[in-house]
Amino acid sequence: MSSRPEITEGLAEILEEVAGVNPSDVAEEKSFTDDLDVDSLSMVEVVVAAEEKFGVKIPDDEVQNLKTVGDAVSFIEKAQA
Amino acid sequence: MTTDVVVTGLGATTPLGGDVTSTWDAMLAGRSGVTPLTQEWAAQLPVRIAAQLAVEPSEVIDRVKLRRLDRSEAVALIAAHQAWKDAGLAPATADASAAVAAGIDPERLAVVVGSGIGGAQTLLSQDDILEQSGPRRVSPHTVPMLMPNGPAAWVGLELGAKAGVHSPASACATGAEAIAWALDIIRSGRADVVVAGGTEAVIAALPVAGFAAMRAMSTRNDDPERASRPWDKARDGFVLGEGSGVIVLERADHAAARGAHVYAKLAGAGMTSDGYDIVQPDPQGAGGARAVTLALRDSGLAKTDIVHVNAHATSTPTGDMAEIIGLRAVLGDHMVLTSTKSMHGHLLGAAGALESIASILAIYHSVVPPTINLDDPEDGLLDVAAHKARHMEVPAALNNSFGFGGHNAALIFTHA
Repeated sequence: MSSRPEITEGLAEILEEVAGVNPSDVAEEKSFTDDLDVDSLSMVEVVVAAEEKFGVKIPDDEVQNLKTVGDAVSFIEKAQA
Repeated sequence: MTTDVVVTGLGATTPLGGDVTSTWDAMLAGRSGVTPLTQEWAAQLPVRIAAQLAVEPSEVIDRVKLRRLDRSEAVALIAAHQAWKDAGLAPATADASAAVAAGIDPERLAVVVGSGIGGAQTLLSQDDILEQSGPRRVSPHTVPMLMPNGPAAWVGLELGAKAGVHSPASACATGAEAIAWALDIIRSGRADVVVAGGTEAVIAALPVAGFAAMRAMSTRNDDPERASRPWDKARDGFVLGEGSGVIVLERADHAAARGAHVYAKLAGAGMTSDGYDIVQPDPQGAGGARAVTLALRDSGLAKTDIVHVNAHATSTPTGDMAEIIGLRAVLGDHMVLTSTKSMHGHLLGAAGALESIASILAIYHSVVPPTINLDDPEDGLLDVAAHKARHMEVPAALNNSFGFGGHNAALIFTHA
C-alpha cells in the first residue's frame, strides 16, 4: 500500500522518464494531456510502467477515465486496497 | 525549357564526423572511420568491424525525444536539420513550423528520405522485449520507429513539409534515388524545395550476420582501417557503415529570389534496373552504365565534361570492376575516380546521399577526396585519386549508386 503522496511521487518519476515532465509540475489536479503534454502513446507507456511500479492492473477501458494525475492516484489507491 | 535545380544546403552525420565539415575534413585527410566492434553481441560473428557514428545521436537529441526514434530516424533528423540550417533557413519557433518560420510555403516543401533496411534495430530490440517480458511491455512507439517511411515522416513533421513525404527503398541506391526523385518533383512543379537524402543504422548482430552469410563483408577484423579497399586486389568485401546524408534541393529561381547560397546544380539523373540477379551485379556493369547514359542525356552534357566520378565501388570482389567496365564504356577513360567508402564504409541507403555530398563538395572546393588503401590496384582500373586528395577543377561530377535488387541510380552535379 502506498499513500496518495507516494503514488503521486511515483507517477512523477514515471512521467519524467517517459515524457520528460518536470517532477515539480506533477500535482493531482494536473491533466495528463492538457497540462503535462503527455500524448496518447506516452500515456500507454505511463500506464504500463505504473502497473509494474504499483503492482496493479489498469485495464485499457479505464485509461480514458484517467484525465488527471489525481484520477490515476485514486485508481491505483483503490486497486491496491 | 527545363527547370534548373540547385543544391543550397548540406547535412550529414557519419563515421567520419558529426557534421558535413568534420566529415569532409576527414575525407580530405584520408582518415578511416572503421573500428572494431567491441560490443558483446559481436564476439560470435565472423565480422567484428564497422564504421560507427563519430558522434552519438544522444549527444545531439534529448533523451526523451530519442526514446521514440529509431537510430535511423535520429540520424536522418540530425542531418536534415543541419542541411536546413546550412541552406540559410530558419528553425521552427514556438508558434511556427520550420517551413513557415523560414518563409517557405509548406505546401511547396517536400521530403524524400529513404533507408535501405529501415528500423531494424527497433524491430530486434522490441522482439527481445516481447520474448522476455510479453506483449504488454512492447513499446507503443514500436511501429512508428520501425516503419521504413519513419525517417522521412519525422523530417517532414519537424520541418512542416506538406507537399508530400516519400521514402524510396532501393537498398544501396536509396540515397541517390531519393535525390533523383527530388529532381523530378521540382521539375514537374510539385514543390519549390525538397529535402532529400538517405539514412541507415543497422550495425547490429542480425544485419551483420546476414550480410556476412552472403560473404559480402570484409573479415579483416585485425586491421579495421585497411578493411575497406575498393579496387585493391586484396579487397574482400564491404565494411558496414551507419549515418545519414541529407541535402536541400531547390528550384534555381526560388533559391535566387531568397538570396540563397548555392553549392552546385543537380544537372541530371538516371535510374535503371538490371533485370539480372537479386543480388549479383551484372558482370559487365550494363545496368549501371545505362543509368549513367540516361543521367548524361538528362544533363545535356558531353561525356568529356564529366571529369570526376564518386563511384559506388564498395570493396567487393565482383562489383568494383563491373562498375569500371560500365564507366569506361559510357564515359571513356579521362575521369578521376574515387570511392570515399574506403574511409566511411558502406552506408547502404545513406551511401548515395553522403557520396553526393562528397561529389558536390569536390565541385565546390575543386578537390577530389582520396581512395585510401588502394595499395595494389586491379589491372584495367581507371585513374583513381589513390591515397591522397587530388586538387583539380571539377566542373561536373557523377555519383553512382547500385543496390541489391538490381537498382541503379546515377546523379550528375555541375558548378552552379
